[in-house]
Amino acid sequence: MITLTTKLNNAQGLHARPATLFCKEAGQFKSEVKLVCGDKEGNAKSLIALLAMGLTAGSEIQVVADGEDEEAAATHMAEFIQTFQE
Amino acid sequence: MKKGIAASKGYAIGKVFIYEEKEIIINDEKVTDTSNEINKLQEAVNLCREQLEKIKLKTIENVGEDEAAVFEAHMLILDDPEFLGAVETEIKNNHTNAMKAVEVVSKQLIMMFEAIDDAYLRERAADIRDISKRMIANLAGHTIGLEVEEDNTIIVAHDLTPSDTAQLDRSKVKGFITNIGGRTSHSAIMARTLEIPAVVGLGDITTYVKDGDIVIVDGIEGIAIINPDEQTKKLYIEKIATYEEEKEQLKRLIDVSIVTKEGREIEVSGNIGKPEDVAQVIANGGDGIGLFRTEFLYMDRESAPTEEEQFEAYKYVLEEMKGKRVVIRTLDIGGDKTLPYLPLPKEMNPFLGYRAIRLCLEQKELFKVQLRALLRASVYGRLAVMFPMISGIEEFNQAKAIVEECKRELEIEGLAYSNAIEWGIMIEIPAAAVMAEELAKEVDFFSIGTNDLIQYTLAADRMSEKVSYLYNPMHPAVLKLIKMTIDGAHKHGKWVGMCGEMAGDEMAIPTLFEYGLDEFSMSATSILSAKKILLNQ
Repeated sequence: MITLTTKLNNAQGLHARPATLFCKEAGQFKSEVKLVCGDKEGNAKSLIALLAMGLTAGSEIQVVADGEDEEAAATHMAEFIQTFQE
Repeated sequence: MKKGIAASKGYAIGKVFIYEEKEIIINDEKVTDTSNEINKLQEAVNLCREQLEKIKLKTIENVGEDEAAVFEAHMLILDDPEFLGAVETEIKNNHTNAMKAVEVVSKQLIMMFEAIDDAYLRERAADIRDISKRMIANLAGHTIGLEVEEDNTIIVAHDLTPSDTAQLDRSKVKGFITNIGGRTSHSAIMARTLEIPAVVGLGDITTYVKDGDIVIVDGIEGIAIINPDEQTKKLYIEKIATYEEEKEQLKRLIDVSIVTKEGREIEVSGNIGKPEDVAQVIANGGDGIGLFRTEFLYMDRESAPTEEEQFEAYKYVLEEMKGKRVVIRTLDIGGDKTLPYLPLPKEMNPFLGYRAIRLCLEQKELFKVQLRALLRASVYGRLAVMFPMISGIEEFNQAKAIVEECKRELEIEGLAYSNAIEWGIMIEIPAAAVMAEELAKEVDFFSIGTNDLIQYTLAADRMSEKVSYLYNPMHPAVLKLIKMTIDGAHKHGKWVGMCGEMAGDEMAIPTLFEYGLDEFSMSATSILSAKKILLNQ
């Protein structure tokens, strides 16, 4: 299991469009990927879970990946969050 | 005959097809073979996916990419592990039957989403409701959606949802009538986009007709005639023929420009609220955009649009119009329009209060975001910018000073803007119309906003039914102010447009033409008939 910490930069937070992109991106990996923010956590492959977390701009987020491609998954998804800039 | 609200122009005669959702009874029965139940669930999900894929493609084809996005979201929810996983767990652990399990899980999710303090997320509750309804219908073996078999069908329904209207087969469906809805309800907007005649808000029309009845939809008068006699039928068959012929004739005017006997060119342009609306203006032969109401970019969201978002929106419209003039009006909020993230003081008379340019001049940071986006977009086409609710020259000068400030900022940042932007004002306050000749020295153009000009001139609130009889575009005082505005501008070689509803009013066009109005801007669907009237002047 790998945990990487990153920060959500885009002004709107993890809103519909970025959440949709994020969820699709996470779907490529075999590992289980989840996001943890404070006491909230959610399956990164679930749009419902991501939206329900209601992540806002500036949130510190842990990307937790567990499975055969966990390293690639955690690194890629942590970087992917950084690309949200709107 | 039943009277409702005319939602989409045109006439149609056809056979009634009552579209009702069959009620599905979900029982509490427990199942023993849970893996068989999960298989059934999986089959229903696969069927849902196929159906949604079809609806999505149909929507892209019939309506557009943006409208199809909602079905993309439905598919994501369908594949969502949180959703399906929870349903499977419910079946496995509690031996719940599949239909009930879908209901239980969707109810929980809907409650969760509805509790979130975010308008967008609350809407997702509706998506979950829609998708679970589809799953339950598939599990029950019911058909869901509008499968019309016969030609010349008129759909009669309580209301139509986005997925219903997207599926309408235009070769078979000639029109629709519904119990509820208004001119701006979803079904009405879709009907106009699809150019299907429709009457909505008929109350209880579904109880008055049965399948196979003949019904006439009159989308101009807003009436539905059930089982008409031969004479009425004949009358409407003629009306349909004339209407179709006129439509064909009008289509020939798409590429025609209006030039007066004196050789003066008149622009007939379109009003838009959203960037994608340009498509309709182009399709109807608009000579430009006479009014882009930018407040729609600010509405239905939780925070103001960023400079980048606005820049993209303006750039899109300018590029689509390929060098034709695009008049963009800066934020006109206040009055009857408010924003959730911009609290405004409660006022006795919001229409005479803190709104439009008055608000923007004070909320300078908000204003500057828009002005910077406009300046940056200006290099992509022929941009004209106008300020709403100008009462005197000071306001225009103040706004221009902020524009200059933005220009300097952009220069320092090395960002380009055009020097050919035209800067104008809306004439909607009587004071501005009276002083038009003076104002014309300073501005590049005027655009007359008749909706407000009329209500301010006659002191008649157009929303108040009791005084609506006073709201008269052809009142001599209103006409005199319009004439003063046009004359004042022409004296200084400036042009005048009109972007209120009056500009597309068939009764008013000849008078406005006579006064020398240079640009008529209206909703896209009125452009061709306005051109026709102008050609006959």
